[in-house]
Amino acid sequence: MPKLTINGKEVEVPEGTNLIEAAKAAGADVPHYCYHPALSIAGQCRLCMVDIDKVPRPQIACNIQAAEGMVVHTETEQVKETRRSMMEFHLINHPLDCAVCDQAGECFLQIYYMKHGLYDPRMTDEKVHKPKAVPLGPHVILDAERCILCSRCVRYCDEVTHTGELGIFHRGDHSEIGLFPGKTLENKYSGNVIDICPVGALTDRDFRFQVRVWYLDTAKSVCNGCARGCNIEVHTNKHRTHHNEGRRVARLKPRFNADVNKWWICDAGRYGFKWIDDKSRLAQPLHRVGAQATEVSWDRALPELVTTLQRTRPEEIGFLASPQMSNEDLWVLRRLAEQLGVRNVDFRVPPRAPGDEDSFLIRADKNPNSRGAELLGIGPGQGALDAAGMLRAAREKRLKLLWVFHHDLWAAAWPEAEVLEALEGAETVVFQGTNANDASARAHLVLPSAAYVEREGTFTNFEGRVQRFRTALTPPGEAWPDWMILSFVGKALGFQDSVFAAERSEQVFNALAKTVPAFAGMTYRGIGDAGATVKA
Amino acid sequence: MSENKTSEKIFTRNFHLADSHTLRLYRETGGYTALPKALRMEPAAITEEVKKANLRGLGGAAFPTGVKWGFIPKGSTEPKYLVVNADEGEPGTFKDRYLMERDPHALIEGMVIAARAIGSHTGFVYIRGEYVKPWRVLDGAVKEAYAAGLLGQNIQGSGFDFDIVLHRGAGAYICGEETGLLSSLEGKKGWPKIKPPFPAIKGAFGHPTIVNNVETIMAVPHIINRGAAWFAGLGTKSQGGTRLYSVSGHVVVPGVVEAPVSVTLRQLIYDRCGGIRGGKKLKAVVPGGSSAAILTPDEIDIQMDVEGPKSKGSMIGSAGIIVMDETVSIPEALMVVARFYAHESCGQCTPCRESTGWIYKMSRRIIEGKGRKEDLDTILDVAKRGAGTTICAFYDGAVGPYISYIEKFRSEFEDLIMRSAHA
Repeated sequence: MPKLTINGKEVEVPEGTNLIEAAKAAGADVPHYCYHPALSIAGQCRLCMVDIDKVPRPQIACNIQAAEGMVVHTETEQVKETRRSMMEFHLINHPLDCAVCDQAGECFLQIYYMKHGLYDPRMTDEKVHKPKAVPLGPHVILDAERCILCSRCVRYCDEVTHTGELGIFHRGDHSEIGLFPGKTLENKYSGNVIDICPVGALTDRDFRFQVRVWYLDTAKSVCNGCARGCNIEVHTNKHRTHHNEGRRVARLKPRFNADVNKWWICDAGRYGFKWIDDKSRLAQPLHRVGAQATEVSWDRALPELVTTLQRTRPEEIGFLASPQMSNEDLWVLRRLAEQLGVRNVDFRVPPRAPGDEDSFLIRADKNPNSRGAELLGIGPGQGALDAAGMLRAAREKRLKLLWVFHHDLWAAAWPEAEVLEALEGAETVVFQGTNANDASARAHLVLPSAAYVEREGTFTNFEGRVQRFRTALTPPGEAWPDWMILSFVGKALGFQDSVFAAERSEQVFNALAKTVPAFAGMTYRGIGDAGATVKA
Repeated sequence: MSENKTSEKIFTRNFHLADSHTLRLYRETGGYTALPKALRMEPAAITEEVKKANLRGLGGAAFPTGVKWGFIPKGSTEPKYLVVNADEGEPGTFKDRYLMERDPHALIEGMVIAARAIGSHTGFVYIRGEYVKPWRVLDGAVKEAYAAGLLGQNIQGSGFDFDIVLHRGAGAYICGEETGLLSSLEGKKGWPKIKPPFPAIKGAFGHPTIVNNVETIMAVPHIINRGAAWFAGLGTKSQGGTRLYSVSGHVVVPGVVEAPVSVTLRQLIYDRCGGIRGGKKLKAVVPGGSSAAILTPDEIDIQMDVEGPKSKGSMIGSAGIIVMDETVSIPEALMVVARFYAHESCGQCTPCRESTGWIYKMSRRIIEGKGRKEDLDTILDVAKRGAGTTICAFYDGAVGPYISYIEKFRSEFEDLIMRSAHA
C-alpha cells in the first residue's frame, strides 16, 4: 500500500493503482479519454498528464503506478498548459456538430473544453472529413468525424466481449474506427460501446434524436431481464412528453456494481423495456362477463375479487405467482395465501424455449426474482398443486379460482390448447399484471400492476444478492404495485396481518426480513445501492 | 581536412566481390570464424565484450548495445527473442539494404552470437516490405546457413539451438519503431507499445526481447573476432567502430560510405562524396535521416559520431545524410518532409496524429502561395507543444525538421508568405 502525496494531500492506495485513480482518492480529477478502468491502458489521448517531482516533463497518469513517496501535482501551470494543448489537438479535426450531436450534454469534449481548454482556435484549414452516420450493427451508429480515436470501443470488443469486430483503420489524421470486413457489431453486449465512448462518435440507434439528455430524469434500478439483476439507471422523459412518441422510458444505462455487472449490461436488457410504454399496458381494472370486458374502478374490482375468494374453498383456489414480482409482492402474496388457507401456490412456469446463457452476464432464467421466490417459500404446500397441477385441476374443473400474476401462459412450455382449456375450465380467472396478453384476454377480472420502474422494491438475484430498484415514473392510470393490490385484498378480507397495513415497500421488506431466516438482519435502507447478500 | 583514423573497411569489405552474398565467399573471406569462438564463450562474456567495444545502436537511437542486452532478466526461463530491425524506412537512409544484399551471412552470424549472449533460441528479421531483393538474398543465405548447420539444432555441435524467421513488413514507417515493429510482428496494427514495460522485459509475444538494427548486429562478429579494444579504438570516446553513412542529394558521388565515426561531415561531403554537384554551393545538410535537425554550411565541421551532430542541436540518427545545394527551396523541402510525417504518423497518440496533419496543411498552403503571417509561429508552437508527449519518438523526430527548417531559414518562408494575398 504505497503512500504518496497528490496536490499536497497524502493518500495511501492499493499496490498497482495508477495515478488517475490515486488522484481520485485524493479528491483530484485528472481528465482522460482513453483510460477506462475495465480496459487495458492505451495511453494515447495524452490528456491525463500530471507533474511528478524529479521528472522533467509531464507524464501520463494512466500508465504510471503510485509509488511510495511519489509527489504528484495535477494542477500546475505546466499541466494546465499541456491539457490545453491536448484539447486543441483533439478538437482541430472535430466537427462542430454539437447542435445536432446526440452526445451534447454528455460529451467529454465539451466538458473538458470548458474545464481545461478555452483557447482561441488557430486551425483555419479544411478539417479532415470522415464517414458520418454509419450503422455498425443493430444498435450502434458511428460518426467517424466525431471520433477522437481513444480506442475504448476497440479494446472493449477485444478484451471484454472477445468478439473483435472493430479496428482502427488508416493512419495519421485519417485514422478512423471501423468494422473489419464481413463483421457487424452485433454481439450480445454491443450497446456498451455507446456508454464508454466519451464523445459523440458512437450513438444509440434507438435513442438518438428522440429526446435531449438534459430533459431526462434518472433513477437507480435493477434490470428485470434475467436472474443476474444488473444494476441500471432508468432514464425517463417526463418533461417533453411529445418527444419520442410519448415513450416515457428513454433508455436504460448500466450502473456500476463491482459484484454484479461491473460497467456493463447486455443488449437484451438494455433494449428490453419497450413493454413499459407499450399500448398493451393495463391501466384500469377490467371486469369481463362473457365476451364483454368493462373498465371498472378499484372500488368495484376489489369487492368482486373479495367476494369470489370468500365463496371459494381454499383448495379450489390457485395462486400462480411470478418471479417477475418483487420480494415484497411475493411476501404479501404468501401472507395472503396463508391467511386464506390457500396452499396451491407456485411461480414456476417453464418457458417454451430455454433461455440463452453465457459465461459473462446473461442467465438462462429470464426472471429477476426466482431466487427470491424460492427463499420466500412461494411453492405448493404439502400435497398441494404446483403450477402445472393447477392448470390440470382447472381443466378438470377441480380448481375454481385461478389467480395468474403477470404470466403470458401462451409463451409457456405447456400446449396452448391445454392452457386455453384450463382458463376456460376455471369458474373465475383473475389476471394481475402490467400488460395485456392472451391470459388477460380470458380473465374475468383484470388487475393492473405497476411496472418495476413505476414503484420501488427489491429483487434477489441468482447469487442471493438482494437489490433495490427505485421509482422512476408514476404508474399509468390506476395501476398499483402488486404488493399494494394484495394488501388491499387482505385488508378487505379483514385479515389483521401487519403487512396488509403497510404503506410503503420498505415496511413490507423489513417485515419479511424479520421472518424469513435468509433475509435476517437486513433492512431496506441497509441494502444500499450495491445490494446485500442473503444468508446461504 | 583528412580523416584522422584508419579507413579500414569492416562492413563493406566484401561489397566489391562478386557472390559476396554467398556462404562460400563469406567463409573464404574469414566469415563464420567468430561463431565457434562465441559458442565457446560464456553468454555474459559476449555481452561484456560488446559493451567494451562501445558499440552503439546504429538504427537511430544510438543506445549502447551491450547495455541493452544486459536488460534481459537474469535467470528468466521464459522464451527470449532476438529481433533484427530491417525495416529501414527513414528518408535518406539506405545502408541496411546494401548490407543485407551484399553480406547477409554477416547478419546471420551476428544474430547467432547475439542470441547466444541473451539466451534466445528464436530470432526474427523484420524486413521492410519494399525491400524485395534484400529479403530474397537473405532468405537464400538463411537456407544456406541451415544446410551448413550454422542455424537450427545444436549449431556446430555446441548444443546451442537457434532459428531465424524472416518477416516482411507491409510498408509502414512506424513499423521500424522498436515497439511498433513488435506489434506488427505479432500480427497487430503497427502501433508502438506504451512503455513501461520495455521490450527487454515484455517484448514480442509478451516475452523478453532485444531489438537491434541490421548494422548493429553485423558489427558483432567483427568485435568477437578482433576484440573490443580494436573496435572501440576505431571510433571516438562516445562511440566505437565504423559505420555506414547513406549520402544522398546534391553530391557528386552519392551512395553508401563506410567510415570511422570520427569522420567529419565535411569530409564525408567533400572528400568521400566528391563535393557539391555542378560546382554549386552547399545550402544545408540533414546529418542523420529526415528526422534530424537541418545544419547550415558553417555547422559541418563535426565528427559524425553520437556527440557531433548533437553539439549542433541535431542528431546522428541513422546516419542518412541529405545534402542540399543552393537551388533547394527550404519551404518546399519542409512541405515534403511534413507530408511524409503526416502520411506515416500511425494515428495512435493525439498530438502526433493531429499535429502532423495540421503542420503539413500549413506548410503546403505556404508553398501554394496562401500562407498567412501567423503560420510560421503556429507551426513552431504546435511542434514544440507536441514534442515529448507521445508514446514513441516519431513525433519528436518530426519536430526536428519542423523547427530547424523554419528557425534556420525563416526569411525564405517569410518571402513566400509576403507574396501571399492571405498574409
